[in-house]
Amino acid sequence: MSGGPFDGKAVITGAGKSQVGRRLMRGGLDLTLEASLRAIADAGLTPDDIDGVASYPGPGAPQRGFSGADVHEVRNALGLRTSWYMSGIETAGQIGPVIEACMAVTLGFANHVLVFRSVWESTAQADGGRASVLFDGGKLPPHMAWTAPFGALSPANWLALPAQRYMHDHGLTREHLGTVALTARRHAALNPDAVFRDPLSMEDYLGARMISEPFGLYDCDVPCDGATAVIVSRRDAAAGLPRHPLTVESAGTGMFERATWDQRIDLTTMAAHDAAATLWDRTTLTPADVDVAQLYDGFTFLTVQWLDALGFAAHGEVGALLEDGALLALDGDLPLNTSGGQLSGGRLHGMGFLHEACVQLWGEGQERQVGGAVGSRPDVAVVAVGGGPVAGAMLLSHG
Amino acid sequence: MAQTYTRPDFRLTPTPEGDDVAFWTGGEDDRLMVHRCRSCEQYFHPPAPACFRCRSRDVASEPVSGRGRVATFTVNRQPWLPTLPPPYVIVLVELEEQPDVRIFSQLVDVDPAEVRIGDEVEVFFEHWAPEGGTEVWLPLFRPVPPSVDAATVPGEEA
Repeated sequence: MSGGPFDGKAVITGAGKSQVGRRLMRGGLDLTLEASLRAIADAGLTPDDIDGVASYPGPGAPQRGFSGADVHEVRNALGLRTSWYMSGIETAGQIGPVIEACMAVTLGFANHVLVFRSVWESTAQADGGRASVLFDGGKLPPHMAWTAPFGALSPANWLALPAQRYMHDHGLTREHLGTVALTARRHAALNPDAVFRDPLSMEDYLGARMISEPFGLYDCDVPCDGATAVIVSRRDAAAGLPRHPLTVESAGTGMFERATWDQRIDLTTMAAHDAAATLWDRTTLTPADVDVAQLYDGFTFLTVQWLDALGFAAHGEVGALLEDGALLALDGDLPLNTSGGQLSGGRLHGMGFLHEACVQLWGEGQERQVGGAVGSRPDVAVVAVGGGPVAGAMLLSHG
Repeated sequence: MAQTYTRPDFRLTPTPEGDDVAFWTGGEDDRLMVHRCRSCEQYFHPPAPACFRCRSRDVASEPVSGRGRVATFTVNRQPWLPTLPPPYVIVLVELEEQPDVRIFSQLVDVDPAEVRIGDEVEVFFEHWAPEGGTEVWLPLFRPVPPSVDAATVPGEEA
């Protein structure tokens, strides 16, 4: 379609997902290998073809269950002969390593990069209580030292603050947030892998117990166990592979202010706005070209932020967009979070959105396929993940 | 109706080092200490060894008035710690001296249902000396009492 930052050379050739669920009591590496081998096979490759590996967040995860495997654990287990590899948490959100893999294949550092993200938070919380918020030695970790003394121990608290300000300044309502949650649940009902599939009404949503105002229970995503993997290939190395390669049209990696949860100049914006600005700067595509949107929903308000950041509405006017939930339905103009997102599908932590974008572009969404009834698969998908000072975005197309 | 604040039996407390020490210990002298650049004279928070605006290294903590406004808040209703039963109000306070500098804290002595963005608040300090930990003075906030000669009840700011 367009040259873009990778000049059309970076493509996605396969995607895989492990078993996903609550308290699976399976190890993180086990789930990671399941997703990885499925992605490799899905691309029509074997582990011998994989010469790059990338992952978020890498070693040193702050809580148990936050990371199922490191890059070297996967390399070692599968005996991979890699010409390039990386992991990191200081990157463009949980899909940052996918973007870096695109750079690697474009520059010729690798032909086929396995990128994975795995979590086992549900099992970690089940086998002996929740992880302590304290580091060894009884210290608060740096990101908690400024908030935990005041009883703010959860991202629900940190993100309720900008949500409340956005509602105050821009007239967003709880019903608007509820539209995001209800849309996710409707789509989850059509996804056999989703964690929560029972119908959810606006009455259920509004009546649920409050967590941190304006967030109630259904504004918060659900921890789960599961791993997601994709194969990023260089286009000329993908010739003859079974799937139509998906072109990575652009990547949004901007971060213009300090990495804080509470000092951004405009409290009603986030790093999402910087990532989105760079995403559009690097392509000729525009929001009007997007056929399906997979937007991070660790909290409903984060989807609002991405809708705002990506320009699907003018700044502050996302509430009006959410007046009509039909817009976000599978047959609407902007189908949203078609697998149920993290709110109802489970917190695969960012990479689940990329997986679902691939499924939709390949036309394999079955009951939840966008355009399924008329057989017109979507051409362009946007994937955007993260919240607060964490943000990354990608545009994919049939190219 | 204002809820009267009672000091909890336990709080998680920070272990400040370096540039952060003044913020967490200024309360010993009843002073809210915030980092300021001596070159461009702007305040910034959290503390750092350089001014992120003008990049001067001539920065240090200075006392501020301890007064400000509610930039935003959330009523927390989920019990995270047994010693901090909900509901309680978590607040971002914008400083009277420079509103784009915000202090993360708890707003007490207030009915959670009555809190509004723009409310005037002031700091006070709570001393903690955890066993085996670091002695700190946590800055908490409470509403500024209405002045006795106020002619009208102040509404929410426009």
